Amino acid sequence: MDFDPLLLARVQFAFTITFHIIFPSFTIGLSAYIATLLVMRARTGNERYARLARFWTKIFAVSFALGVVSGVVLSYQFGTNWSRFSVVTGNIIGPLMGYEVLTAFFLEASFLGILLFGAGRVSPRLHTFAAIMVAVGTAISGFWILSANSWMQTPAGHTVINGIAHPVDWLAIIFNPSFPYRFAHMMTAAYLTTAFVVLAVGARWVLAERHYDEARIMVKMAVGMIVVLAPLQLFIGDQHGLNTLEHQPIKVAAMEAHWDGSKPGDFHIFAWPDEKAETNRFAISIPRGASLVLTHDPNGLFPGLTSVPPQDRPPVKNVFFAFRIMLAIGFAMIAVAIAGAILWWRGALFTTGWFLRIVSHGWWAGFVAIVAGWVVSESGRQPWVVSGILRTADAVSPVPGGSVATSLALFVVVYGIVFSTGIYFINRLLANGLVGGADQPPDAGTPLRPITGARPAGAAGAAPAPATRTGAAGSPGA
Amino acid sequence: MAFDLPTAWAGILAVAVVLYVVMDGFDLGIGVLFPSAENEQQRDQMMASVAPFWDGNETWLVLGGGGLLVAFPAAYGVIMPALYLPVIAMLLALVLRGVAFEYRAPHAGNTAAWSLVFFGASTVAAFFQGVILGGLIQGIRVENGAFAGGAFDWATPFALLCGLGVVAGYALLGATWLIMKTEGAVAERARRQARVLLVVVMGFMVAVSLWTPLAFPRIQERWFSAPNIYVLWIVPVITGAVALAVWRATERHDWVPFVGAIGLFLLGYLGLGISTYPYVVPPSLTIWDTASSPSTQIFMLAGTVVLLPIILAYVAYVYWLFRGKVGEDESYH
Repeated sequence: MDFDPLLLARVQFAFTITFHIIFPSFTIGLSAYIATLLVMRARTGNERYARLARFWTKIFAVSFALGVVSGVVLSYQFGTNWSRFSVVTGNIIGPLMGYEVLTAFFLEASFLGILLFGAGRVSPRLHTFAAIMVAVGTAISGFWILSANSWMQTPAGHTVINGIAHPVDWLAIIFNPSFPYRFAHMMTAAYLTTAFVVLAVGARWVLAERHYDEARIMVKMAVGMIVVLAPLQLFIGDQHGLNTLEHQPIKVAAMEAHWDGSKPGDFHIFAWPDEKAETNRFAISIPRGASLVLTHDPNGLFPGLTSVPPQDRPPVKNVFFAFRIMLAIGFAMIAVAIAGAILWWRGALFTTGWFLRIVSHGWWAGFVAIVAGWVVSESGRQPWVVSGILRTADAVSPVPGGSVATSLALFVVVYGIVFSTGIYFINRLLANGLVGGADQPPDAGTPLRPITGARPAGAAGAAPAPATRTGAAGSPGA
Repeated sequence: MAFDLPTAWAGILAVAVVLYVVMDGFDLGIGVLFPSAENEQQRDQMMASVAPFWDGNETWLVLGGGGLLVAFPAAYGVIMPALYLPVIAMLLALVLRGVAFEYRAPHAGNTAAWSLVFFGASTVAAFFQGVILGGLIQGIRVENGAFAGGAFDWATPFALLCGLGVVAGYALLGATWLIMKTEGAVAERARRQARVLLVVVMGFMVAVSLWTPLAFPRIQERWFSAPNIYVLWIVPVITGAVALAVWRATERHDWVPFVGAIGLFLLGYLGLGISTYPYVVPPSLTIWDTASSPSTQIFMLAGTVVLLPIILAYVAYVYWLFRGKVGEDESYH
């Protein structure tokens, strides 16, 4: 049986990077959240923040481990599956990733040891500092890797000699045209993703009347974050889109399924792009909507897909549908932001059952939006792996299809085991809840529903024996 | 002697790889030794002795791979496809053993199964790192600057021997680490294991030292031609002396066996360096053939010179912070 090494290598990369991206996009936000909690504990002396920090640190440890191991895989896949890419762009991509390792990975990994195991060994001040270093490390990591990706989208500051890219101006390489927009968009997405996870867990606990104070702290912090970031993300995304229109117009044409550039573009709420016929079927559209957004003029023109030959177009359906998924989630997030702001203002944030129930199921929103956004960005760059410099088809390694198929199958099996166990594990941590968190409101408060009768003390929270979960505090004391 | 960028980068990469081998070596070795523990409590103790460090240790592997891409992209582009299956196998094994640190937790449900995974995956990762080493030493077929061999070119008796040698070597590092860092039954058993493993490792070192000059004329010439031999004879002699010192120290010393085992690794590494320098892809591509653009090497060198000492300082701080022995009832979770 013959395997197509190119197709298999692409499927493998898509699979491993999709798996990977889930974890950093969560840990970037979660590390910042943990650092914030520890700083608030230091400033207020309120132990609730410390309990929350301990709880989320356990979940962070699992997510971070998954991010690290799946990231190590990626750093070698450039060579195993994309050796021509490495040879052609190594002069430029190499240092961007090298600086990521030197400025971020060691920082994260070393201070993570202190964050996880140092609570009994170092002062609270140093423990908090370690949490901040981990958060800073994840953000620096994002800086470099998004710079590398942005350079692949909008290369700058280089020259090509005998088919090999050579650096000319490092500042122009690092701060290439799409980088500031992509960096802002992705980091905001990461913080939003985490906010929705924290909100979901907090809302579940409020609904279940568990961990009274901590649950409310989580809901408030998450809603506050979402109120600010969700609308901001719409603005950043719009700016990013305009930047893409300037530098990668065909990607934007695919996002909008806009074929004929001589006419204004409609915004298709739904359509089935037909790449053979170069048109859309079953389109439900807002006339001139795309032109209005992209050119701020209903009669404005922007390039269509037919302005380049078919072999230079990205796969339209991937880009088009992924963009719609991302947009839909983005607007849903804004709806949550508006509802949350109104309820908070009215003092009804913890008593509005429908709102809490909806957001308690919304933990996945950010992850799906991020994966969809990456499909838009990466599929939209095709057929190039580095725009204008190297086509994906020319970047692949001279490795037989059988090897790639074997490794792909192994990746699917191993990641399947690791991922499903990870989900199960994190769910167990969530179900176990906090160590030492009180379930009863400290005073009458505003419970979700009237508490009828006193609860038996033994039933508090149904948390299993805490002795097995001393967690971060259980490190050796010698 | 004029300053030469590719030589400087070869030096930096050599340091990164040796730091990786020594540091992840002992925590992979803990995994190799996992089945010899009597119960899960002892495994908890063994794992707790490396838990704060393993993540940082593995980062040196990323620096090794990343550094190769930075400084010698043409070599990276040849080595990775040539050693495709061993590299993938190693990476998958590292994934499984990395998550095993977390998934062995009592509330995850299946500690014994993940202990088995931790053992199996640590051993497989160590074995394929040895295979990768052997695959490099024996040489890679290159045409027009690209890998031109088959999917299983690496699978030779020599590479398999190197794989087993690295498993034994990491187990030795792991055992001597446990002598230094644990108390009670685990440390006592580690002393006995270290002596057996020392003999096994010396056997592998002798085998590789005899095999490589016999099978590869370029290595024979490097070692046995004048004037090299007048200086190089000292490498095996020192190695023998260090091995003897480790043997004696396993009786009662706490930290000398570990330091001695690291010394053995450094000497073996030096020997392999002598055998292959200046080839990064033996027998055809040197560090100068595969070097990246000077601007790239300078840009990255500037950062490395500043950042590497800082990294080493806080890595050292973390090791210092978690100094002392891990008791018999201590667990990661």
